[in-house]
Amino acid sequence: MADFISGFWNMYVMVLVVLSILFCVYVLASNMTKRTKGPAELHGHVWDETLAEYNNPLPRWWLYLFWGTIVFSVAYLVIYPGFGDRNQHRGQIAQYEAEMQTADEKYGPIFAKYRDMDLMAVAADPEANAMGQRLFLTYCAQCHGSAAQGAKGFPNLTDDEWQWGGEPEVVKTTIMEGRMGVMTPFGQALGAEGVKDVASYVRSLTGLAHDSLRAQRGAELFAQQCVACHGADGTGNPMMGAPNLTNKSWLYGSSEATIIETVTHGRTNQMPAFGDFLGEDKVHLLAAYVLSLPKK
Amino acid sequence: MAQSKHEKIERNVFLLIVLTLMTVSVGGLVEIVPLFFQHSTMKAIDQKGNELQVKPYSPLRLAGRDIYIREGCSNCHSQMIRPFRAETERYGHYSVAGESIYDHPFLWGSKRTGPDLARVGGRYSDEWQRVHLINPRDVVPESNMPAFPWLDRPLNDDIQAKMRALNKVGQHKYSDEEIAAAPAELEGMTELDAVVAYLQGLGLALQNVR
Repeated sequence: MADFISGFWNMYVMVLVVLSILFCVYVLASNMTKRTKGPAELHGHVWDETLAEYNNPLPRWWLYLFWGTIVFSVAYLVIYPGFGDRNQHRGQIAQYEAEMQTADEKYGPIFAKYRDMDLMAVAADPEANAMGQRLFLTYCAQCHGSAAQGAKGFPNLTDDEWQWGGEPEVVKTTIMEGRMGVMTPFGQALGAEGVKDVASYVRSLTGLAHDSLRAQRGAELFAQQCVACHGADGTGNPMMGAPNLTNKSWLYGSSEATIIETVTHGRTNQMPAFGDFLGEDKVHLLAAYVLSLPKK
Repeated sequence: MAQSKHEKIERNVFLLIVLTLMTVSVGGLVEIVPLFFQHSTMKAIDQKGNELQVKPYSPLRLAGRDIYIREGCSNCHSQMIRPFRAETERYGHYSVAGESIYDHPFLWGSKRTGPDLARVGGRYSDEWQRVHLINPRDVVPESNMPAFPWLDRPLNDDIQAKMRALNKVGQHKYSDEEIAAAPAELEGMTELDAVVAYLQGLGLALQNVR
């Protein structure tokens, strides 16, 4: 209880608690009067001409309930130490730490079993995947969806497109350390017309409807401005999270308007780091779960 | 017969009031008053006495906090992780009093229709927070959280008055320079920016402590 700024407050609490309990004892004891023999006692006040009130003792069973509360309070003070707990055995934090220790002893070996296994071997283990799925639903589903289907701006984990690479260790690193994907805005560099041309070219890469004249001009602009990240053939670069533009997977959508928006204003997309929060054991299971998902 | 003890009290309203007040106040005197003389409630330290990096609210986060209050977020979201494994596994380290020293009023809450937000800072990307506030179903199809599309409008906030008011009640005293510079920080921001900034700063002091 060194938390108080001075020892006075320990005494203050104890004295007040003891005094209030003693006061309750006194009040109860002084009300344990017995019914006197003879005619019933009256309070002495009369109203409505003849109406008077008996001064009967309080019912015994009811008084005993109050004595019960006093016994309870004393027991409570002892069991949940209200006067300080020298050994810190029963405070809520001590209870919490005991709970965590019990859990570690119970679940620690299960995590340890998978920690040393190869990711792909864990991915093939049904029990590990069941654990991985529970973890996924708690920590990952908010962005990637409960079926890992993703959403606009949040990658689908059930396709074969990987923003940062799909090798087992890379997936684990992505979860551990997070990722920060930045597409710089090109609205100024390209101008409104230029952006439209590039958008047409990007759509042409996957055979979507496009203006071929614009696409031709866009190809030249692409070669100047976009190749550094997306590569000369537009297949992207997982080292810097630059997506492949030649497959049918679109993080933000493939409509011309969306592509124009992306090129003009750029995109910032962050995968938060989970390594420090979850610890490597859980991330290992999560990575394995993600790898185990059927890819279409 | 002589007056019985309870009759004395029943016949003297003033005595009745005094005794009632004394009785009722014992709980508060024992449970509440000592809290103001405890290190763990008055300083930014954790349960073990280690210092915490709790920062006073920047003007943007302060504005966001007031929008959080205005929209009634605390009607569904608590900001209080209790020391149970079931909670700390999901949300992170349990909340400690020292983290709330700059909160006037605190927003611990007790209603959890949605998840606890005490440590939501950094858990999601800014982009996620934006999309999710504008329409939660865009990222979490199962969500029953209301959409807040109107937040994407210019922030209009008398931030200097709020900072001066907080100087009167709060632990942190904003300097005259900070107050003078505050409107510039909010220049061009939307309400959405402010709420996201507020959320992204929640619970960072014990973010990655297990």
